[in-house]
Amino acid sequence: MTNASVHSELLDLLTEAVLVQNELRTEAMQVFRKLGLPGNKNEEYKHTPITRALEKGLQLRASFVTGGALPNEDQWKISGLNAYHAVLLNGSLLPEKSFLPSQVTAMPMSKASANLQHVKDNMGTYADFRNDAFAAWNTAAWSDGVYLEIPEAVKLDKPIVIYYLHDSQAGQVKSVTRNLVISGRNSEAAIIEKWCTTGSNTVISNTLSEIVLHESARLNHVVLQSDTDAHIQYLFNQFWQHSGSFLNSHVITLDGGFIRNNTRVALDGENCESHLYGLYLLHKNIIADNHTVVDHRKPNSYSNELYKGILEDQAKGVFNGKIFVRPDAQKTNAFQSNRNILLSDKATINTKPQLEIWADDVKCSHGCTTGQLDEEALFYLRSRGINKDTARAMMLYAFASELLDTVNDAELKNYLDALVSERLHKNF
Amino acid sequence: MLAIKNLSAQVNGKQILNGINLEVKAGEVHAIMGPNGSGKSTLASVLAGREEFEVTDGTVEYLGKNLLELEPDERAREGIFLAFQYPVEIPGVSTINFMKTAVNQVREHRGLETLDAVSFLGLMKEKMKLVEIDQSLLNRSLNEGFSGGEKKRNEIFQMAMLEPKLAILDETDSGLDIDALKIVANGVNKLRSKNNAIIVVTHYQRLLNYIVPDFVHVLYKGKIVKSGGKELALELEAKGYDWIKSEVEVA
Repeated sequence: MTNASVHSELLDLLTEAVLVQNELRTEAMQVFRKLGLPGNKNEEYKHTPITRALEKGLQLRASFVTGGALPNEDQWKISGLNAYHAVLLNGSLLPEKSFLPSQVTAMPMSKASANLQHVKDNMGTYADFRNDAFAAWNTAAWSDGVYLEIPEAVKLDKPIVIYYLHDSQAGQVKSVTRNLVISGRNSEAAIIEKWCTTGSNTVISNTLSEIVLHESARLNHVVLQSDTDAHIQYLFNQFWQHSGSFLNSHVITLDGGFIRNNTRVALDGENCESHLYGLYLLHKNIIADNHTVVDHRKPNSYSNELYKGILEDQAKGVFNGKIFVRPDAQKTNAFQSNRNILLSDKATINTKPQLEIWADDVKCSHGCTTGQLDEEALFYLRSRGINKDTARAMMLYAFASELLDTVNDAELKNYLDALVSERLHKNF
Repeated sequence: MLAIKNLSAQVNGKQILNGINLEVKAGEVHAIMGPNGSGKSTLASVLAGREEFEVTDGTVEYLGKNLLELEPDERAREGIFLAFQYPVEIPGVSTINFMKTAVNQVREHRGLETLDAVSFLGLMKEKMKLVEIDQSLLNRSLNEGFSGGEKKRNEIFQMAMLEPKLAILDETDSGLDIDALKIVANGVNKLRSKNNAIIVVTHYQRLLNYIVPDFVHVLYKGKIVKSGGKELALELEAKGYDWIKSEVEVA
């Protein structure tokens, strides 16, 4: 088969059984077909061969399985975390397995988009699907997801976890999900997303969320990726902040097969505050890419971005951080930093900051570092009697803990701390 | 305790030590002095096991063991302590956690029971007094944002915690004002005993007013060119290193 015919079969497979029943989906499908899957000449996917991963991982002549069995809770639930949750299995929300707070409006996206006019109106207005094939595919082909509205002034007592479970034991799985989250004025909430795959057949998941923070809303958002290597994941979180709102975003990547994360924040109001944190501990053959966009559209807002990574084995990491400061966005403070430690000769990281500033009265900075563990520091620890492995683990843990310390929820922090400690062989 | 014989070492292909001979017995304090670039810090580094230094000749015997065969952490567990000229800042690692790990790994090696949190804290409080260091400093990331004096006091605090048999103080006086110098020296003096030995590496005689050595050795061009008692330090202070240099050239 030629590359072109493989490509077209792949497009057919991904859009198999998709009902294009409205204008938005029709347009998105046209965009998807027109853009095609990104090749290595596409600047946004230059170091992220997701199309090749799909060609390798998917069987072009086999269909996707639907349905599946719910695995035991201890396999996917965040232990020790007191939380509400929504559970999706192979892309469909299971309302009977979900437990959501009574103060919020929550329903399956399939139902919300059919019944609620404002959901229909909001859909696709925040997340740009016209320039990215996977965003277009999601907009055209999503099957379900979660609609959440946190009403004005409601402060949730516990986080809401969205669990995306995949069962690929019977065959390959496609899971295209779409969420809309509306944080009302002065509301406070925390949302956590986590994925869990059972089965060794490939899962391609595409999760897109549009998350709107109205005036003075506060949101803690955590992405937790700690899945199996059968999972090829595309994730797109588009945050849209109105005046006075506060966002804490964490993207924590510990395991998986192939991962592309788009985290985008639009600060479309004054006095907004956004903190974007990322931690990736990559090993084996994993490829993980974090593309972030911080778009300052109005004056007097603050954004701070810190992504840190430790890469070992043959792992490949990509970080691309764009900051836009538009002409109106005077008095913007925008900071970005990406720091990496490479533990093996075969691990690689491609990091690229991109700042585009059209306003003149702003404070912006960016920086990235990539290196090995600091030998002098290692020697210092060892010169006090600490053996090499412990000294190494101490330093790696210290590097990661700067990010873990920014997680507000104490129970979640403990859970993450245990995962990170185990990965870094921390036993001191 | 320590027998250095004909020790030669290089770094990046440059020969720094050219046949050092030195014997240190338990209970003794030796001062190594010398002009800049004479190899003083290199000697300290080689003894502590810094890897970028390559030993090209000679032997170092420490308590009957071949020291040069041991890893830096093994040397420390065997009782060697290096107080760094430039203590390293390590963000994210608190001095307390770091010391607890170090003390317990050393204790384990010596066949002692590891300390629980309470007894560790007790030990720490006792040793903190020795160098007048505040606990709030020890809760912070290791040396991060510490002043020069705080870093050096932290070094001596660590020395007190680890109770080494052989302590090597590398330019511990550099960057210290007279008050800090006294505190540091006072801490060291309290740790002197007939069972341990101290090597003080210094450029100036000043520190030796407070830590009084039994022997003074002058290092020049990677060799010990003169040895004597504590009065040698005073003579050096009065005549300057040029005196030694000319003496060596004449010889």
